[in-house]
Formats: sequence, C-alpha cells, structure tokens
Amino acid sequence: MARRNAPIIRTLDKGAMAFLFLVAVAAIAIPAANLLLPPSSPFHVPTYLVALFGKYVCYALLALSIDLIWGYCGILSLGHGAFFALGGYAMGMYLMRQIGTRGVYADPILPDFMVFLNWKELPVFWYGFQHFPYAMLMVLLAPGALAFVFGWFAFRSRVTGVYLSIITQAMTFALMLGFFRNNFGFGGNNGLTDFKDILGFNVQAQSTRNALFIASCIALALCFIVCRALVTSKFGKVLVAIRDAESRTRFLGYRVESYKLFVWTLSACMAGIAGALYVPQVGIINPSEFAPGNSIEAVIWVAVGGRGTLTGAVLGAILVNYAKTTFTSGFLAEYWLFLLGGLFIAVTLFLPRGIVGTASHWWRERRDRDDAVAGDAAARPAE
Amino acid sequence: MIRFCKVLAALLLAIGCTFLAPSVRAQSFDEALQKFTTDSFSDTGTAIEGIAASGNPRAAEIIGALQEGRLFFHPEARKVYIRSADGRTLDAATGNAVNEPSGLKQVRLINRLRGMVQAAMGSLTLQSPNPQRRFDAAQAVFKSRDAAALPALQGALARETETRVRNALAEARAAIILHSPDAKETDKIDAISVLRERGDQEALATLSGLPAGSPPSVVKLAADARSSIEYRLAIWAAVQNAWYGLSLGSVLLLAAIGLAITFGVMGVINMAHGEMVMLGAYTTFVVQEIIRAHNPALFDYSLAIAVPLAFMVAGAVGILIERGIIRFLYGRPLETLLATWGISLILQQAVRTYFGPTNKEVGNPTWMSGAFEVGHITITYNRLWIIVFTLAVFVALLALLRFTRIGLEMRAVTQNRTMAASMGIRTSRVDALTFGLGSGIAGIAGVALSQIDNVSPNLGQGYIIDSFLVVVFGGVGNLWGTLVGAFTLGIANKFLEPFAGAVLAKIAILVFIILFMQKRPRGLFALKGRAVEA
Repeated sequence: MARRNAPIIRTLDKGAMAFLFLVAVAAIAIPAANLLLPPSSPFHVPTYLVALFGKYVCYALLALSIDLIWGYCGILSLGHGAFFALGGYAMGMYLMRQIGTRGVYADPILPDFMVFLNWKELPVFWYGFQHFPYAMLMVLLAPGALAFVFGWFAFRSRVTGVYLSIITQAMTFALMLGFFRNNFGFGGNNGLTDFKDILGFNVQAQSTRNALFIASCIALALCFIVCRALVTSKFGKVLVAIRDAESRTRFLGYRVESYKLFVWTLSACMAGIAGALYVPQVGIINPSEFAPGNSIEAVIWVAVGGRGTLTGAVLGAILVNYAKTTFTSGFLAEYWLFLLGGLFIAVTLFLPRGIVGTASHWWRERRDRDDAVAGDAAARPAE
Repeated sequence: MIRFCKVLAALLLAIGCTFLAPSVRAQSFDEALQKFTTDSFSDTGTAIEGIAASGNPRAAEIIGALQEGRLFFHPEARKVYIRSADGRTLDAATGNAVNEPSGLKQVRLINRLRGMVQAAMGSLTLQSPNPQRRFDAAQAVFKSRDAAALPALQGALARETETRVRNALAEARAAIILHSPDAKETDKIDAISVLRERGDQEALATLSGLPAGSPPSVVKLAADARSSIEYRLAIWAAVQNAWYGLSLGSVLLLAAIGLAITFGVMGVINMAHGEMVMLGAYTTFVVQEIIRAHNPALFDYSLAIAVPLAFMVAGAVGILIERGIIRFLYGRPLETLLATWGISLILQQAVRTYFGPTNKEVGNPTWMSGAFEVGHITITYNRLWIIVFTLAVFVALLALLRFTRIGLEMRAVTQNRTMAASMGIRTSRVDALTFGLGSGIAGIAGVALSQIDNVSPNLGQGYIIDSFLVVVFGGVGNLWGTLVGAFTLGIANKFLEPFAGAVLAKIAILVFIILFMQKRPRGLFALKGRAVEA
C-alpha cells in the first residue's frame, strides 16, 4: 500500500532501468554512427538502416501496447493493426496537406488523389489536418475513440475470450474493406504517399530520418514508463486479477468493464502513436496495414518475447522483424511463411512464457533454489 | 389500307413466290445496287434501304460487307464488288468470283449510314432460318425502335410460327408503333398493352420518353403501364436478392458448419479452417486433372469422386493437427487460436509452393453449367446445386449427431465435458473425431466452392471471418443456430448491397452483430444451463 503514492521512479525495477538504458543508448548511438562517422568507417550506419531501425521501434511500441492488454488483462486483440493504421492515417493526412502545390496537380488544397477523382472540395474530415498539433491530437483521438466505442459495447455485454478476438479481427477487416474504397476519401487502394516534409523538414533528409528515429525511441521509452507505472500500481493488480479470474474480480466488487475499457483505450492510443511515427519513416500508408494478418503477426511478436513482461514484447517485435527482414530479402523469401507459421506453433507449444518470461522464470527458480540451499527460506519474497 | 399494302408487299417480297415479283424485285435490287456507285452519302443511304427492302438473297451479304468495309465500286463501269474475307473479289450482284478490275473505290460510310446499316442488318436477319437469330434480331429492333424495320417486321410476324419469336416480334413492332408519330391512337394503345405484358427494364425504357404530341390517353396509359411494370420489377428484384442471399447463405453455412461443430465441442477456434476448405478445392482440382489425363469421359462424375476424397484429405489433416498440436493446448483457447493461425500460414504456403500462386482452373461438369430463367430472374445451375448439396450435408450431419453413437458422445461433451468424461466417454477420442469431422466437412465445402470461386491458396481466407461471424451470431452447440445464422446473414447482406454497396453492407452486418451481442452474447441459439460458464 505504501507504494501507491510512490514516485514513478520507484516502479522501475532493475530490468526496467536496464531496458530504458538500452533504448537511450540506441537513440544516441545509432544517429551518432550515422551522422558523425564517415561512410568509410566500419561502424558507420547507413541512412536506410536508420529508417529500418526506426520502423522496428514503431513495431516495438505496437507490441508494447498489445502486451499491456493481452499480458496484463487477458484481452487478445486480433485487430490492433487497425489502431496502428488509424494513427498512421492521421499522420499521413497531415503529411498530405503539407505537400501543397508541390503535388502532381499542384492544387494548393486538395491532395493529388482527390484532384484525380475530380473532387471539388476537401471533405470535412480532412479539415484542420494542415495544423500539426491538430493532427497529433487526431493520432490519439481517432484510434482512441474507435477503441472506446468498440470496447464500450464489447465489454459491457461481456464479450470475452475468443469471441472478442474474432470480433476485433472482423473490425479490422471491415476497416480494410472500407479504406480500400476510393469514395471513402483516404486515397483508396494506393493510400497516402509521396510525402514531402514534416514540420518544414524534408522527410527524406538524413537529419529528419535520425530525428524521427530518436522521436520513436523517446515515444517507446515514455510509453514503457507509463505501462510500467500502470501495471505496478494497484490498478495493475486489478488488471491481473481480471486476467486470471474475471468473474471473481467482478464479484469482489470491481467494475471489470471500466478497468478493461480504460486499458483497452489507452492501448489503442499507444498503437496509434506507433502508427503515426511509422508512416513518415516508411513513406506510405495504405489499407493493407489493416489486413488481419498484420495484427496477428504483431501478437506473435509479443508471444515470442514473452507476454506480461513489457520488455519481452519489445524484444520479440525487434527479433521477429529482424528475422523477417533477413529472410524475405534473400533466396529464402519463399520459406518465410513456413518459418513464421512454425514460430506460431513452436512458441505456443514449447515456449508459452516467451523468451523474457522463460528467462526470468528460470532466474527466479535458480535464486529460490540458492536461497533454499542457504537455508534462508524466510527471505523469499512474498509474491 | 396503306398498312395492309405494306404487309402485303412485305409478304410478297419476303416469300417471293409470285410470278410477278421476281422481275420487280430484280429491278429494284439492281437499281439500289447502282446507287452505291455514285459515291454520294445520300445515294448510299437510298441504296441501303433499297437493298434491305428488296428481299434478295444476296442482300444480307452485301450489307454485311458494307458494314465491315469490304464493299467496293467501280465508278466508270458502275458495278459493285465485294472483297470476301479470304481476299477474293466477287461480283456483288451475282456472287461470282471475278478478276479484280483496277480503280476500285471503297463505299464510304458516315455515322448516320452506319446506323442505317445496323438497322438493315437487323431486319435482314429477321428472315434468317435460325429461330434464335430471328429472336436476337427482334430484340435488336426492339431496342433501336427503327421505323424503317417495320415492313420487314410485319412480314416476319406474319410468317413466324414459334411463340417465343412471335412475342419478341410483336413487342418490337409495339415499340416502333408507340414511338412513330403517325401511328393511330388505337394501335398505340394496343402497343402499350403488349409492352406492359413484356414488363421488363427495357419495356420500361420504351414506355418512357414518348414522342411529343402523343395523344393524352396514350400518355396516361403509358404512365399506368410504367408504374405497374415498376411494381412488378421491384418484386422480382426482391426475389432475386432473396435468391442471391440464399445462395450466399448456403456457401456460408457450408463453410461455417464444420467450424461450429469444433467450436461447440472443443471450445477451440480453428483459424486453419479456411485452409481445410482450400484443401478440398485443391483435391477437386487434382481429381479433375487426373480424369482429364486418363479418362475424360468420367469428367461429369468428377465432383462425385472428389467429395469423399476431399472429406478424407481434409479430415485426415484435421485429425493430424488435433493429435499433433491442439490436444496439448486444451484450456488455452487463445493460444490455440495462434497455433492454428500458424498452421494456416504453413498450409497456405505449402500449397503455394507446390501448386503455384496462380488460380487453378476447376471445370463445371455439364450438369452444373448453364442457367434457366424463372420470370425475370436467372438461376444458374451451379448455385442451385450448391444449395441442394448444402442442405443435404446439413441433414446428414443432423442425422449423425442425432442417431449415432459418436453423435451422442459429441453432444454429451458439448454440454458438459467433465460429466461426460465421468460417464465413461473417452473425451480425447471424441475431440479428435470431432476435429476430423469438422475439417472433413470443410473439405466438402471446398469441393462446392471450387465451382463458384477461384481456386487459389487464398481461397479459405475470404470465408474465415464470415463463417466466424455466422457461428458467433447463430450460437454455439446447435446446428440450427448455424443454419439460421448463415441464411440470415447471407440474405441480409444481399438486401443491403443494392443500397449500401458490398463493402458498407459488410460493415453494417458487423455493426449489427456487435449490437446483437449486447442482447444475446452467446448467439441466437445459446446453450442454457451449467454448460454456459465453461
């Protein structure tokens, strides 16, 4: 109980501090190696790699948001890609409005695809996106509002387990179908692309890419701290109680729906931030980001790293995506889906705790054994 | 009186059995042909009309050649030639091959003349000996409403013996009369009733846009006919939508029913279910390939051979998956979901590697191809057979669950697993068989879907989400729920599509299901009692 009002720093244990340290090192070392070292140096990081690492960090943030709800609240979302993509579209709309007269049709207001479709004026939902703060607000609000409405209905009627998973998958599928349509007003099949600059800086420039990478690392670190603070608080304990015995928690007097709805909406907002940072680094957002397969893939990152660990989600996202990059760019490309499919099966069968979960479990067992050997059984932490 | 003469003349021209007629006709035919040689558009027009009206057996060939730019003339000799498709030069009047004279010029056409050529071809084919061609020609005239075709039409009408073609000709005549400014009022009123009888979209188009100055009675009757046709068409459109909905519903039912069984008995969502459907479709493909290579005569039986094979292939793969992976994951439904998703990725990629990523050609047996018409809707045989087949599968499954030992055990495990195990049912065997049965039915669904969908590695993906929605909507553990769910969603989808478009219809259905789950979280036909809280 004494920890309830403890400062945030207290919620960060050794592992969390080590993780934040690593993120900080990456955020400094990689841009430094890109900008300061000459290309001839063996430690020089080419700019395309900076963008690639930036993409991984965004994926890691998405994985973190999934771990928050799946690892700590037992909500398996197969539609988190939708929130990611919505955040991405909000950022993409800002970037489209920044193009201005530099587009192919040089229309000062309308993005190219609207001129192409012969639209006369900007749809209402595109208003305001030329302002960066408004766009950033939308990055949070669009996924957040969808998650709130969706979650409010779903949790209120006690849709749980596989039912919820299927419904979330159907949600992202429906959004994909919608965004594929031209008259939806988001560029249809091609999505939004051909961005020029962000806050006045060229998106393609080396310095911008490094800045975006650093911004992604900062976002990851901040979200990690928020998640960490949340799950170590009393609120987090209730979440875990809901995960392990939902009915019992309800009978103890907790409003399970409100807890779930809050954490679900928060997680969606985080996924939206990840998407918003992802778009300027890859240079395009299109409806295939909504594909149900993407969302499930993000879930497997978390499973590989270890759910309910936060750091594991980040590790899993980076490991799996690194493997994907290596595999799909070589002659092994055809076998990537075999490997990914095998990963799904192997992790669920043989590594249900994931890498970090298994490691920390093993570590704790060893420590307990050592303690027992030392005959100091009383010193065991009362978990 | 004039009309009577026209009819008579057309009759005479067309039948050509009097003594007098041939010389008159020959004369007018030759005269008309001569007009092509003046190289003036107005004369060419006269020539087209004259030749079309001449009833000469060579008329169709000449006009056809003109249409395709193969009609030439010699300005000095004033003779007309046809260049045949194989490059020879023929005398247009006689059809005999001649040596090509020098200085031939092509008969030129402008858009106005092309329209006349088309109308002339229409009226010429009205005399074709083939009833289908006569019918098509009548339809063409009906659409063009070309008054010049009227005499030919009258002649054809008088001779026609087949009811279907007669009706088409009468409708074409009615369309012309209704739109001709100098027809009599009574004739127009008759014409309206003929068109009202026809009662389709084109009749509607003909009845609207009457020429200015039509008598008020005609205008009013036309409006009445229009509203009556519109009403009838709306009913037919609803019937058509219901039919499409039934068809979609049967496909959904076929895809979802296996899923409903496995989910009901084991509480496991099999994300690889769609891939079982795909395996069934590929089994059909392989069966057809073997039949094509060894014994093409058996092709009509290919589906009958494929159904048990697909059941066995998909069922065996299903049992393999259950024994190899899923049984280790009981009690962890979310993990099962992920593991089966992995299986689906592997199966998809395996099929893609072995068969290639492109669509495979699966043929329809003769008894499944083609269509027939009921009123104003078209019913294709493959859709009809799939509905019949689906219902047969449904009934067979119902019987299996109701009357067999294994069915009884499945129902027991669905209702209360622990109790069933305590009563001596080997639940793990029931699980394996259930999974095999569900997968086998998915395989059968694949055979049916191969007839209406592209057979590609992604075949299953398209159905998986829809079938989940059916199961969620219909409720678990009751096949009737799946039946009602599938047909409700299918029909609702097809009725929404005309208003909202296919995508918005899907979204609307999804929203509806989410709202529906507010009221009944466990579906339409939920199990009651202790089984609910698993």
